[in-house]
Amino acid sequence: MPNMIVCVKQIADPEAPAGSFRVDESANQVVPAPGVSQVVSPFDEQAVEAALRIKDAHGGTITAISLGKNFVMDVIKKPLSMGGDELVLLQDPAFEGADSRSTAYALAMAIKKVGEYDVIFCGRQAADWDAGQVGSGIAEFLGIPSVTVAKKVEFVDGKVKVERITSDGYEVIEVSTPALITISNELGEPRYPKLKGIMAAAKKEVPTWTAQDIGADASQLGTAGARIKLLKVFQPVKEGKCEIIEGESPEEAAANLALKLREAKLL
Amino acid sequence: MADNKGVMICGEITEGKLAPITTELLSGGRKLADTLGGELSAVLIGSGIGDLATEAIAFGADKVYVVDDPLLADYRTDSYVAVMEKVVKEVSPNIVLMGQTAIGRDLAPRLAFRLDTAASMDCLDLSIDPDSKLLLQTRSVYGGNAMGTYVCEGTKPQIATVRAKAMDPMAKDDSRKGEVVTIDAGLDPSMIRTTVIDKVKEEVEGIKLEDAEVIVCGGRGMGSTEAFQELEALAKLLGAAVGATRPPCDNGWVPAAMQVGLTGKIVSPTLYIAVALSGASQHMAGCSGSKNIIAINKDADANIFNEARFGVVGDYKKVLPAFTKKVKELLAG
Ligand SMILES: Cc1cc2nc3c(=O)[nH]c(=O)nc-3n(C[C@H](O)[C@H](O)[C@H](O)COP(=O)(O)OP(=O)(O)OC[C@H]3O[C@@H](n4cnc5c(N)ncnc54)[C@H](O)[C@@H]3O)c2cc1C
Repeated sequence: MPNMIVCVKQIADPEAPAGSFRVDESANQVVPAPGVSQVVSPFDEQAVEAALRIKDAHGGTITAISLGKNFVMDVIKKPLSMGGDELVLLQDPAFEGADSRSTAYALAMAIKKVGEYDVIFCGRQAADWDAGQVGSGIAEFLGIPSVTVAKKVEFVDGKVKVERITSDGYEVIEVSTPALITISNELGEPRYPKLKGIMAAAKKEVPTWTAQDIGADASQLGTAGARIKLLKVFQPVKEGKCEIIEGESPEEAAANLALKLREAKLL
Repeated sequence: MADNKGVMICGEITEGKLAPITTELLSGGRKLADTLGGELSAVLIGSGIGDLATEAIAFGADKVYVVDDPLLADYRTDSYVAVMEKVVKEVSPNIVLMGQTAIGRDLAPRLAFRLDTAASMDCLDLSIDPDSKLLLQTRSVYGGNAMGTYVCEGTKPQIATVRAKAMDPMAKDDSRKGEVVTIDAGLDPSMIRTTVIDKVKEEVEGIKLEDAEVIVCGGRGMGSTEAFQELEALAKLLGAAVGATRPPCDNGWVPAAMQVGLTGKIVSPTLYIAVALSGASQHMAGCSGSKNIIAINKDADANIFNEARFGVVGDYKKVLPAFTKKVKELLAG
């Protein structure tokens, strides 16, 4: 029965209305809009779902690992309430200021501490910084193969069969275990937690591991382990000069739109 | 650290031709190489590469490294990372550029970690800092709501992936001269831990979204597969391709290959007609390069009206048929 690990990140809801988004350019920070809730990054939820589907078919265990701070327990326990077995939080000031590399290093060290694993799942990218590097980084630190941007994952004869999305369809890939797979939304909707799952998750003790707990080399963590630096964050300027085409009725407005496009030589 | 020099792009080949991203990278790379006063090289990896090296030179490369091996017929992470690691160690480039494609997304991070350096993904702008001479890598973050500029200060090469259509290819110049160097792949098949057992094409019929001059795109508000047939009818009149936001794909109304956006297709038509979609940043990331966006949406406050040039506020069920009818009349002359 496969032992599975899923890496999940807590972020501000990436589908909050575009207008609510603010950047503090002087501090190089994204300012959380008031009222925007914290969620598990959507692709990471799909990664949990991918693991659960394998668990449904073959049994096994699922351990979720999350690195971050300011955890909202109701949110970050979602992998448990969906049906996962264990959750480990990684939290330590030493992890802060990380880039994809130092994040991947910390997660890889935590995974080593968990011990046995056949498949590690990650979302294809965290829906805040959108880098999509941590999964590949974990695989590189652990020296295992990786398949990225998958829409289907199955266990077949001790190997993992993965459908990986390409620009014009998908390819079917077979990979030996242990392997790391990153998951895309084409996998399908993650399941809703059931009441029983939510209650069990609420009661579940969740350990927090520090840099020391995972035996990490401080020079590889956080800012010290980062190889890239963010110089500035800014919001692109939008002109916003839409001409609304009117009419007595929707039909007339539609006809006027067509005329307008003709006038603008777009038809 | 070795003395890293020059700009290298990692080319992609589709159906025996240089992929559009390759010529875009060559043009972006050319500018950087000229700014730094260095050489632009291209790496072409595959099986049966033939004459494409000459073509890469015509599109701007000074030197082309060709790694041709039957084991490289399919993209596989282990083999391509190993080859790129070998080439980068032999050539010691200062900058390595790849496409933000199914290949580049997978290859760039693993290569960067293996070489103990960093990559920045999905860059829209690359420039050289006049003082430090380092590569300023500006990429889309937070689903396109913001941009971040990054720099890789202490390690080489500086690696970046570039979004499709972010850079305009140069005109082909067959008189350009360059050098072609063959590099042995040196692969041990046992280190390649994945096998490609099938490749499935799900390309939608008709004009490709990436190439289309006119696109009609439907969103969640369309509500069904049948509603998308109405868009097809309009598209047919206009010689347009049909796209979708993510929800219609996730809901199975249309194939996933029709998704436009951050994690879908990147398009830049002259005319982009957006119907019953809100204009979420992750969607706009794929179509904000369109020259003229037209919005049809029943919600006057929808973000798409901040992005569009012309718009109609109304129910598409009323607006679309009347619009299609008028377009038909106008085109009939
Ligand atoms: C990391 C990440 C990556 C993503 N990548 C992509 C991507 O690549 N592409 C993408 O598209 N999305 C992507 N998304 C999803 C994106 O955030 C939005 O959820 C999605 O684009 C919304 O699609 P929509 O505009 O069709 O739906 P909605 O936001 O629900 O908008 C529907 C619109 O239709 C209008 N409407 C409804 N009925 C009618 C009617 N009868 N007539 C007229 N108007 C009507 C409504 O007013 C509304 O504005 C991504 C999300 C995340 C988190």
